[in-house]
Amino acid sequence: MTDNAMRSEAAFRAHDSFIGILPEPGIPKRDPILRAKGVKRHFGGIIAVDLDVLEIQKGSITALIGPNGAGKTTLFNLLTGFDTPDAGNWQFDGKDISKISAHKMAAKGMVRTFQLTKSLTKLSVIENMKLGASGQIGEHWWNALLPMRWKDQEALIENRADELLTRFQIDHMRNEYAGTLSGGQRKLLEMARALMTNPRLIMLDEPMAGVNPALKQTLNDHIRSLRDEGMTVLFVEHDMDMVHDLSDWVVVMSEGRIIAEGTAEQISGNLDVIEAYLGAHQGKSMFEETT
Amino acid sequence: MDWIRIFENTIRAFVGVDAAYFALAAIGLNVQFGYTGLLNFGQAAFMACGAYGLGLTTQYFHVSFWWGIPIAMMLVIILALLVGIPTLRLRADYLAIVTIAAAELVRLMVRSVQFNRVFGGSDGINTFSNEFRALNPFEPAADYGIWPFRYSGYTMFTLLLGWGLVTLVAVLVWLLMRSPWGRVVKSIREDEDAVRSLGKNIYSYKMQSLIIGGFCGMLSGMVFALDRGSVQPDNYSRDVTFYILTALVLGGMARVMGSIIGPMMFWGLYVFSDNFLRQLVQSEPLRIGGVTIIQSTQVGPVNYMLVGLGLILLMVYRPQGVYGNRQEMALDDR
Repeated sequence: MTDNAMRSEAAFRAHDSFIGILPEPGIPKRDPILRAKGVKRHFGGIIAVDLDVLEIQKGSITALIGPNGAGKTTLFNLLTGFDTPDAGNWQFDGKDISKISAHKMAAKGMVRTFQLTKSLTKLSVIENMKLGASGQIGEHWWNALLPMRWKDQEALIENRADELLTRFQIDHMRNEYAGTLSGGQRKLLEMARALMTNPRLIMLDEPMAGVNPALKQTLNDHIRSLRDEGMTVLFVEHDMDMVHDLSDWVVVMSEGRIIAEGTAEQISGNLDVIEAYLGAHQGKSMFEETT
Repeated sequence: MDWIRIFENTIRAFVGVDAAYFALAAIGLNVQFGYTGLLNFGQAAFMACGAYGLGLTTQYFHVSFWWGIPIAMMLVIILALLVGIPTLRLRADYLAIVTIAAAELVRLMVRSVQFNRVFGGSDGINTFSNEFRALNPFEPAADYGIWPFRYSGYTMFTLLLGWGLVTLVAVLVWLLMRSPWGRVVKSIREDEDAVRSLGKNIYSYKMQSLIIGGFCGMLSGMVFALDRGSVQPDNYSRDVTFYILTALVLGGMARVMGSIIGPMMFWGLYVFSDNFLRQLVQSEPLRIGGVTIIQSTQVGPVNYMLVGLGLILLMVYRPQGVYGNRQEMALDDR
């Protein structure tokens, strides 16, 4: 973002919240929404995640990057209860949620999307959306048989779903099966559906994978608008242009550990990061050449 | 060939008690498999819960016939919990393996000598339906209805009960499936993780679906037991589950009407080809060019072969069944 006039107030606030924060792995943030400590997970002999401290600043867009196999998705799975860690704990908004099962996370205000989009193919787009709303009366079987109990709430949910579909520009597909959507549209649907839970932290696992360049700009704007509405965004991404463009803060993982943190500018000059991406040998030789 | 008779039997099978109890079990299987994606290969065990729930009232508990309903419901819940608790957290295949084994265990247990006093062993239980028969408003021996739907008084009574229950259960399932509850279970069928990430306790929904489907199977077993006036362990073997599954696929999955029309067509076609073959070889075996194709003792097996052939053709030319939606089927390949 070079054009300062385009920046929203929330963007400035997010930017300011990192002023004075040193670009060091595990550095504490001013007002963290998520704080993880000592989270470990190994699969047999392979250590997938081995975290000392990770804090995510409230109201910011934080990118989680790292080479393939760095443990980014595993960390997502652990934090959202889809996988159980061997050790460690984490707090969301000050409350310990490390023992909570995955389905209770949404009610706490934490929602995730998946690297491989999970659209419910044989349900219509609007039904996909309506599923996302939490606290539905008609989801209890004893109420389900009595439509008058849930009709009013259903109408409200449908309104909200329609608003989100319009905002994400897939409202023309409203009544189609989700299985007929293109890859990019499915990404949009999944993001919109996650928003139906009214999250405070949204975790996006590779939101740009398989999305065509024209749609990428739109997705960028959508993610920025989430921050403008007060949400915190944590996303995994390989597309460095997007990371630069979007993130207030970048966390770099390699071999299960956090090796660097900082703003995108600080990270792009970080030798540890270059080493992790290009390999130790190349990293060293580059270092030797430059000194 | 007596075409009138074939037609008469076929049309009666179409709306017969067999079709009714199949439809009840198929509606249950549809809730579990068609809507929720739970591959229950043990529907016969849930039917046995219903039948033995009634049978136990006189055989073991010595209480009124009406106690059979709560007893059967308890049995269904116990069976669903036993099968569901260890498997519903795992992938769908495991439920299939466990349910097929559990159904066999149930059958072998109720027919064992050890539990003769409770379940009546391989002879089953025959003494529970007197109270039910006393309720019959029709004259048991007399004929009722108009041609071709002519039935004895007792059959008429069980027919009304069977189709009455089918109607009631179908309406309830239809209501469930168009509610937010139905939306959650259909989503679980599509992708469990997505539903979990949106804050739904999928384990609980799967259990609810298993039990609701089990109750439908229970009613099916009750209608069957009341019609026959007896409970026999071997009436609840694996093949019953698979015929019901077949009838469901024939009608079309995840459609309430499909699970009713499917069993009707299954029995209609089955009785038609059985009657046709029987009449064909009644006097002499069928020979083509000096080779004997079929003789009267082979009608049963050949009939099943034809049913199988018919199903293969159905899968090739209309995989979605009679009521299913082709577009929905096609989405699977993406």
